[in-house]
Amino acid sequence: MSDTAPAPSATAAATAAGPARKLRFHVLRHDPHDPASVPHTDVFEIDEAAGMTLFIALNEIRETLDASLAFDFVCRAGICGSCGMVINGRPTLACRTLTKDLPTDIMLAPLPAFELIADLSVNTGKWMRGMSERLETWVHSLDEDVDLRRIEAPMDPDLADRIYELDRCIECGCCVAACGTARMREDFVGAASSSATTTACSVA
Amino acid sequence: MKVIYTDVLVIGGGLAGLRIAIGVRRRGHDAIILSLVPAKRSHSKAAQGGMQASLGNVIKGQGDNEDVHFEDTVRGSDWGADQQVVRMFVNTAPKAVRELAAWGVPWSRVRKGDREVIINGQKVTITERDEAHGLISQRDFGGTKKWRTCHVSDGTGHAMLQAVADQAIASGVPVHERTEALALIHDGSRCFGAVVRNLITGELTAYVAKATAIATGGAGRVYRVTTNAVICEGIGAALALETGVAALGNMEAVQFHPTGIFPAGILVTEGCRGDGGLLRDASGHRFMPDYEPEKKELASRDVVSRRMEEHIRKGNGAKSRFGEHLWLDITLLGEKHIKTQLREVYEICQSFLGTDPTRDFIAVRPAQHYTMGGVRTKHTGESPTLRGLFAAGEAACWDMHGFNRLGGNSVAETVVAGMIVGEFIADFIESPQGDLDIPTALIREAVAAERAKLDALLASNGAERAEALKAEMQQIMTDKVGIFRTGADLEEAVHRLQALLARSRNIGLRTHSEGPNPELVTAYRTRKMLKVALCIANGALARTESRGAHFREDYPRRDDAQWLKRTLATWKDPGDTLPSFAYEPLDVNAMELPPGWRGYGAKDYLDHPDTARRAEELTRLRERLQGADRHAVQAGIMPYEHLLPERFRGRNERIDERLP
Repeated sequence: MSDTAPAPSATAAATAAGPARKLRFHVLRHDPHDPASVPHTDVFEIDEAAGMTLFIALNEIRETLDASLAFDFVCRAGICGSCGMVINGRPTLACRTLTKDLPTDIMLAPLPAFELIADLSVNTGKWMRGMSERLETWVHSLDEDVDLRRIEAPMDPDLADRIYELDRCIECGCCVAACGTARMREDFVGAASSSATTTACSVA
Repeated sequence: MKVIYTDVLVIGGGLAGLRIAIGVRRRGHDAIILSLVPAKRSHSKAAQGGMQASLGNVIKGQGDNEDVHFEDTVRGSDWGADQQVVRMFVNTAPKAVRELAAWGVPWSRVRKGDREVIINGQKVTITERDEAHGLISQRDFGGTKKWRTCHVSDGTGHAMLQAVADQAIASGVPVHERTEALALIHDGSRCFGAVVRNLITGELTAYVAKATAIATGGAGRVYRVTTNAVICEGIGAALALETGVAALGNMEAVQFHPTGIFPAGILVTEGCRGDGGLLRDASGHRFMPDYEPEKKELASRDVVSRRMEEHIRKGNGAKSRFGEHLWLDITLLGEKHIKTQLREVYEICQSFLGTDPTRDFIAVRPAQHYTMGGVRTKHTGESPTLRGLFAAGEAACWDMHGFNRLGGNSVAETVVAGMIVGEFIADFIESPQGDLDIPTALIREAVAAERAKLDALLASNGAERAEALKAEMQQIMTDKVGIFRTGADLEEAVHRLQALLARSRNIGLRTHSEGPNPELVTAYRTRKMLKVALCIANGALARTESRGAHFREDYPRRDDAQWLKRTLATWKDPGDTLPSFAYEPLDVNAMELPPGWRGYGAKDYLDHPDTARRAEELTRLRERLQGADRHAVQAGIMPYEHLLPERFRGRNERIDERLP
């Protein structure tokens, strides 16, 4: 391997931009804690920017157009599962949705099936904790008896990789929101739960 | 007025907070965790590359042990760390990894036989031992002599947080999600809990507890360009600071990670370089060997970040419409490796850059990443000045990182400190010291004071916008209190931050609702963040030397003679616009490893007058202890094991160091 490699000629960041599109966000608004609140749609118009994600766009709307707009982001890097919402009819993570992949009119709604906090913010945490308590989706072991000074029990490397594959669920709730059965039957556990259960069982 | 009583109030639902709560539950006490977000969404999740623990299972980790981990960590800290705390940490880290394995963390495991790896840009075949097959694997990371970083692909924090949060549920620990502590309840010498706001309803509740633990993570969001999650705003540090009694340690010690994706600042793991990835400039040249012939891309983060900025200043940065950056090249690691061991990196590049890191370089530039400073604690995790207040993890200055933290040592600290501090908290509340004797007036007044502040904000039509003040603070911090610092820049920063703090007293809101009100949240947090930012900027201005991540261009040398001491910041009066500083000396004569060259970075530094004497003394001690095993030698030089909770004492077994 030589110490010098040809640099890429162009990157996404360096791509020259054409005239910015005007994006129109149609956002479903409601604050269930406010007796006067009636569900309705507000429309916000902003200029698209290069590399714009819905994280960037929604923050811009809140900073410049409506300080009361409620939504949830934490990691803004696609790993924490906070920002699931329905984007043009499809439940997905807002932080890793690039506006360039969307039409100029963008419909945003909160995930169904979860308790609404306000606007685009829903209580997925409460649902996930409830599911975990109900199904006991943790490793049931007698680990207090494990001598932490001793070498760990070996595990087949392929098995470890397979468990991680199941363990990657970030509990964003998109699968539950998209599931007809989960929406009709309150006690249906949904796909997130099967992943958590399988992980716990594989380890044990 | 609603009051909730519990034994231990844990503020923060990340790895450190969860592990503390589990520990005290197992000792038979109640604990409640407050969390801004569901616990599994905490920033602990963002730890990608791994957790350092000297298991020595892989062949490149052979010979690793607590002694090597200790030395790497102290050198990494540029001698700012508390060496006894580092010893406590390195001895507990292997136990923490093994506990997590028992809790279901699917650590990547060693596969016996030959495998191809990239070392220093070259393909090398290494052979893993038969007896290591199926044991926990380690990868290389910066600033380490051995491969020590245990990992779950590159989703280590995710896997750890899933397992620990699940164990907290299993232990019956309630997590009060979407709640935020606004102020600690205290009488100037004893902490009694916190005034807490429900972020959904706006309701205030007093949580009264025998012990209160701050585990709220770092303060990255006081900077504009940061890898940190949006919830990492330093609020836990501010809560302690606003008591006027508890101190923050070394807030000027701020780490910048070399590989933040440019320009968004999203992290790509050090594991990229640990696994053989290279840094290249605009012309594709691999420049790190020119600056750091010993460790190259794998010097400590402070050193690599400075070298990158230096290289950009010399005109070698790649240009883009957002400014200049450098390239991270992991193409040489191959598609299979990237898609299995660096899959978060792969997905981040795909989602946010629209590029394929198996074929394209990744645009990177250093970004704020870690807060070495935090609530100053004793080795037990308790504040030395406010009884009953504890802190752990990134929110704390325990202080195992000094002025620069090694990659893989922070996610390790979260669980290790959680284990250790959890035991000390249980000890505390079982002792007479832990008894609660609180006048109800104190609770009532604390809640009333917060209520009054919120009411004033909600009613205010002040001219200042919180969002604008916050954005200006972030810009000042990134521009003036970054990787390269000067007296002039820092003075300007302090001056401007003071003005922002004064203006923040005149914030007005456009949204006046009590419940979910993001504007109100920004308003009260910005006031707190400004105080934390002032501790950082003013601490950096006062420290006229360079140490670890704190680099002063006008004082480029480490100055042990003047500055081998920890900065302690307090906020004496709510009306103040600056913190007050005191300094806590580090005792060279008690050090196991006296100050010297780190093995990378600058070689010129000013010695402390005691350094030579201590070095001679250590030589004599080692001669006297010749023939004794390494544990006895260590105990003869700097005893620490008596400081550990009893259940975490004891040696760690390895393939090459069997226990009887």
